[in-house]
Amino acid sequence: MKMYFSLFRMKLIAGMQYRAAAWAGIATQFFWGFMVIMIYEAFYRSSSAGNLPMDFDQVCRYVWLQQAFLYLFNLWNRDNELLEMITSGTVSYELCRPLELFPFWYARLLGQRLAGTVLRCVPVLMIASLLPGAYRMTLPPSVPHALLFLAALTVAMLLATAINMFVYILTFKLMNAGGAALIVSAFSEFLSGSLIAIPFMPKTLQYVLYVLPFRYTADFPFRFYSGNIPMTEGLWSLAAAVGWLAVLCLLGAVLMKRALRTAVLQGG
Amino acid sequence: MNAFRLLRKYISMLFQSAMEYRASFWLTAAGHFIVTFTSCISVLLMFERFGQLEGWTMWEVLLCTGAVQTAFTLAECFGRGFDTFRQLVRTGGLDTLLLRPRNIFLQIFGWRMDFTRIGRFLQGCFVMVLAVSHLPSLWFPAKLGVLALMVLSGAAIFTGVFILGATLCFWTVEGLEVVNILTYGGQEISKYPFDIYKKPYLVFFTGIIPYACSFYWPLLWLTGRSGSAWCILAPVLGLLFLIPACCIFKLGVRHYTSTGS
Repeated sequence: MKMYFSLFRMKLIAGMQYRAAAWAGIATQFFWGFMVIMIYEAFYRSSSAGNLPMDFDQVCRYVWLQQAFLYLFNLWNRDNELLEMITSGTVSYELCRPLELFPFWYARLLGQRLAGTVLRCVPVLMIASLLPGAYRMTLPPSVPHALLFLAALTVAMLLATAINMFVYILTFKLMNAGGAALIVSAFSEFLSGSLIAIPFMPKTLQYVLYVLPFRYTADFPFRFYSGNIPMTEGLWSLAAAVGWLAVLCLLGAVLMKRALRTAVLQGG
Repeated sequence: MNAFRLLRKYISMLFQSAMEYRASFWLTAAGHFIVTFTSCISVLLMFERFGQLEGWTMWEVLLCTGAVQTAFTLAECFGRGFDTFRQLVRTGGLDTLLLRPRNIFLQIFGWRMDFTRIGRFLQGCFVMVLAVSHLPSLWFPAKLGVLALMVLSGAAIFTGVFILGATLCFWTVEGLEVVNILTYGGQEISKYPFDIYKKPYLVFFTGIIPYACSFYWPLLWLTGRSGSAWCILAPVLGLLFLIPACCIFKLGVRHYTSTGS
């Protein structure tokens, strides 16, 4: 366990080195955030009120959280080094280590995620909380809300990493770095409510997405924070998210073992 | 003429090498298809919920989305060399290209192309065809011609931005994420007609990085919102963007000192 933790810390510190990249990232996030908010705003202006599942200020909070924690939950994240290792055969060095591959890579990816987020989230949230009117990022309504949000966010991060692991497992099978990652990420981004918030989707699609694990990486924590999900439902959702986390990690570890058993090392 | 032959040779070579890994090629192409497909579905679902957007109907907006996606894909496929230019600078590969007595732009275009984008290209075309079939007012050769012009002009501007981004590498060696605002961000923001955004965005994307010239202004004419000839001329004017972009790149090449590796 200690080994996995120190690896996680190593990646965290390495990621924090890229400060200029982080500033560029913040600029990008604001451009993106404002753009998404303006699109929602235009839709809100042209709708005859009454059938809207989220208040406009809730949408704004949702968007800012999404931008601030983009690196924490994004499902299109990919570590090209790992993909390269699998397709080039260098993964054999990784296998020589007296460590399990699944937790080893899991810790590595988790560290990268956290490093990317720590640098970005604070400035984004701070600037967003200075904006006027409905655009403003506000504090959660109460302390229990804040605690539950933090718990949900932690689970979201762990869950996103677990889902992300399947990209690498698939790459073992398909031996193609780009394609598998692209397909998994494109689908899961849509299913997690990152493209449009889930309440705006048709009812039948919503039911499907509620059953799947993807929504717990973005839709649930952010909509809970913005006040769109009540407390009791939040508690149940958190339990479901933890359940999914356990299932996906187990499944991932088992599939990884299987993939390794049949893996053929490429190259020399 | 020689240049054209050379370009054709480059394309066929790159295509053949991509086809060596056929399964991998199609898998990646499928991935690209899904990326733009989910993005179009999102636009569609928003209209399902809200009905219309400031007077724009769903098919009008999807026409714009399809055109933007097709244009961006063309630029990404053929302008891949500029998009990943930092690798040329970092590894010193640019030195080899500069030594050859051929046009540098031609060589960078020919250095890399990404044909897996065909997934996105087909998806974009499909959306445009679907949108046109729902908009009978577009069924005239002139209007379809303007639509094709929109795509071509958009592709040229996206390529121009890739070239500008590549130019930055001469000074920073690493690529800059900010450039993504103008490429991926530009694609995302042009998906919707610009009048739904705040005014400064329209001004910026008309006068400085002229995406609005290739998509928004001609769209006004296509959908009968404006009869002004400027709207049809706008995509042509947008093409002028390539001139300063190429000049700045040339300037960058003159300042280039090899990284030595």
